[in-house]
Amino acid sequence: MAAVSQSAMTAEPSVEKPKMTARNLDLFYSDNQALFEVNLDIAEKQVTALIGPSGCGKSTFLRCMNRMNDTIDGVTIKGDVTLDGRDIYDKRIDVVQLRARIGMVFQKPNPFPKTIYDNVAYGPRIHGLVNSRDELDEIVMTSLERAGLLKEVKDRLQSPATGLSGGQQQRLCIARAVAVSPEVILMDEPCSALDPIATAKVEELIDELRSNYTIVIVTHSMQQAARVSQRTAFFHLGKLVEVGETDQIFTNPKDERTKGYITGRFG
Amino acid sequence: MSLSFLLLAVAALCALSFYFGRQRAVALSGGRHSNLHSLPAHYGAYTAAWCGIPALFLILIWYMFQGTVIETLIISDLPAEIVNDSGQLSLALNSISLIAAGNGEHLSVSPEIIDAGRRLGNLQTVANVALVVVILSAAVLGLAVSYRKIEAEMRARNNIERIARYVMIGCSAIAILSTVGIVFSLLFEAMHFFTKVSPLEFLFGLEWSPQTAIRDDQVASEGAFGAIPLFAGTLLITLIAMCVAVPIGLFSAIYMGEYASPKFRAVAKPALEILAGVPTVVYGFFAALTVAPFLRDNGAVLGLDVSSESALAAGLVMGVMIIPFVSSLSDDVMSQVPKSLRDGSYGLGATKSETIRNVIFPAALPGIVGAVLLAVSRAIGETMIVVMAAGLAANMTANPLQAVTTVTVQIVTLLVGDQEFDSAKTLSAFALGLVLFLVTLGLNVFALKVVQKYREKYD
Repeated sequence: MAAVSQSAMTAEPSVEKPKMTARNLDLFYSDNQALFEVNLDIAEKQVTALIGPSGCGKSTFLRCMNRMNDTIDGVTIKGDVTLDGRDIYDKRIDVVQLRARIGMVFQKPNPFPKTIYDNVAYGPRIHGLVNSRDELDEIVMTSLERAGLLKEVKDRLQSPATGLSGGQQQRLCIARAVAVSPEVILMDEPCSALDPIATAKVEELIDELRSNYTIVIVTHSMQQAARVSQRTAFFHLGKLVEVGETDQIFTNPKDERTKGYITGRFG
Repeated sequence: MSLSFLLLAVAALCALSFYFGRQRAVALSGGRHSNLHSLPAHYGAYTAAWCGIPALFLILIWYMFQGTVIETLIISDLPAEIVNDSGQLSLALNSISLIAAGNGEHLSVSPEIIDAGRRLGNLQTVANVALVVVILSAAVLGLAVSYRKIEAEMRARNNIERIARYVMIGCSAIAILSTVGIVFSLLFEAMHFFTKVSPLEFLFGLEWSPQTAIRDDQVASEGAFGAIPLFAGTLLITLIAMCVAVPIGLFSAIYMGEYASPKFRAVAKPALEILAGVPTVVYGFFAALTVAPFLRDNGAVLGLDVSSESALAAGLVMGVMIIPFVSSLSDDVMSQVPKSLRDGSYGLGATKSETIRNVIFPAALPGIVGAVLLAVSRAIGETMIVVMAAGLAANMTANPLQAVTTVTVQIVTLLVGDQEFDSAKTLSAFALGLVLFLVTLGLNVFALKVVQKYREKYD
């Protein structure tokens, strides 16, 4: 029981008006427990970084926040996750609409084998967000602009998205997520498949997106967490060990394990 | 000694040489296998291979040439007037071999022929004895040489590896060569047919009635060899079969792959694949005895004139036969669409069916097209169902309620029963077979290309 009291002690929901919250979140893959009593607040229009060694449950936690774990067989979840104060695991919640409000960008760029235009237009089309071709064009253009990709692709919107470079593909995936006008964007190690230059571009983009969206990013790179986030949460063995302002976590961690991880002693 | 005894003897020698080789290796090792380069069994296999394989190879060569060599010897002793007339020569050779076999008492032939017959008999006996001697000594020689070559440092293991590779090359060569042989025999017979009937008439003629006179004095039609009605019938039935198989197969694949619970899939998928194991003749009588009468009776109720052997009945049943083919192939290609694409779509808030329709299906489309093409080539080549349910009348019709006939049905009917083997009627079967082969080959190659291209994209 020591572990439980520890996580309860360190996970201080210190955000005033959280966009999303997790309370006493337990998650099981069949019989294996992957998350233990996670309590975390996500501040609105900020970047929250989730860090921790491999297998610590940070990606699993991220996927709980837009119910992507629903698509995996044998997952059971206890506890609450809320968006604007409403439980997203409530039976009355429409998962499809929830995911339109909470977008996601994945580890590996996964553009659909369609044209660049159709990739970005995919979300608006299935959700019926537009009434005319002109409106759709506008959404596609603004989304590409916001993802910092418009300049590079505006002459070849009708060519296949799979022909873009890895970094461009990842920014296209961000544009695709932005096109649905989500409130929260979840990013699961969005730069792990990219080279340093593409990574710098995506990080820059994340910083710009912060003014409009609430962002949660899982990352393996502590430098990245320090560069892009305002708050950082450290996960270890399925537990949330420590969360706080990014500066504080990296300069003055309270927990020994956090200190050990960020100074490179394990992980 | 007959061939089977010879083979048995060679096998026994092989077993013996395995034992000897192994013993020698064990003796050389002095009780410690680590003193040897390879395991004792490798040395045994090495000696056995050198004993058996050259002997078997020699037997093969021997039988390929024995006949020709003996025949040349016999012919060289025959009088020139017989040798120079090919008709007389083949007659003479026939009598000679009869005499040699001891069945020539009733023949009234010249003494030279009788002499030649006796000589042939002697030659054959000599050849048989020589074969046994040569083969057995080759086997023993192989045994002896390889036995003497065994040393502690000899790399028997690597040698075995090489021998195994040659054996496998030999096996694949046999498989490929027999296919090539079949194609060539089809080709030659078809060429033969095209000297009697022009290819243009065959490929573009609109009338098919292959009845020709067998004897000159017989009353029979000239025969017409326009294959278009057969192609049309084949296409009609294939089309009906595809109309059944493609939607049902595809939707069942989507259900199995995307919606069904693992438990249900574990039961339903094998059940669907059992359909693929039903012998086609069973489908055939199901079509002829159940579906066709059902269609006829119900057609009569609706005021339609359905013939009792209809394209519809054959096509429907053939479609059912092909369902598992389409469904398991398209299930394969759809399950190869990476999970990241599904996640991407779900992450944008798409429902399951939207994801399948907008992402998975388009991504899998080339593979599905390939699967359908393979199914088409299967349907075109299918025989039993159409023989039993489609009928023989070569009608040019697009009406599925009438009887039509297909290329495969005609091949069967042309070749079943007593036929003269060089008439246009029988030869036309080969031409049909050739066309069928070319069409299915083309479809298969094209389909495999499509499937392959699609696979490369995601691996």
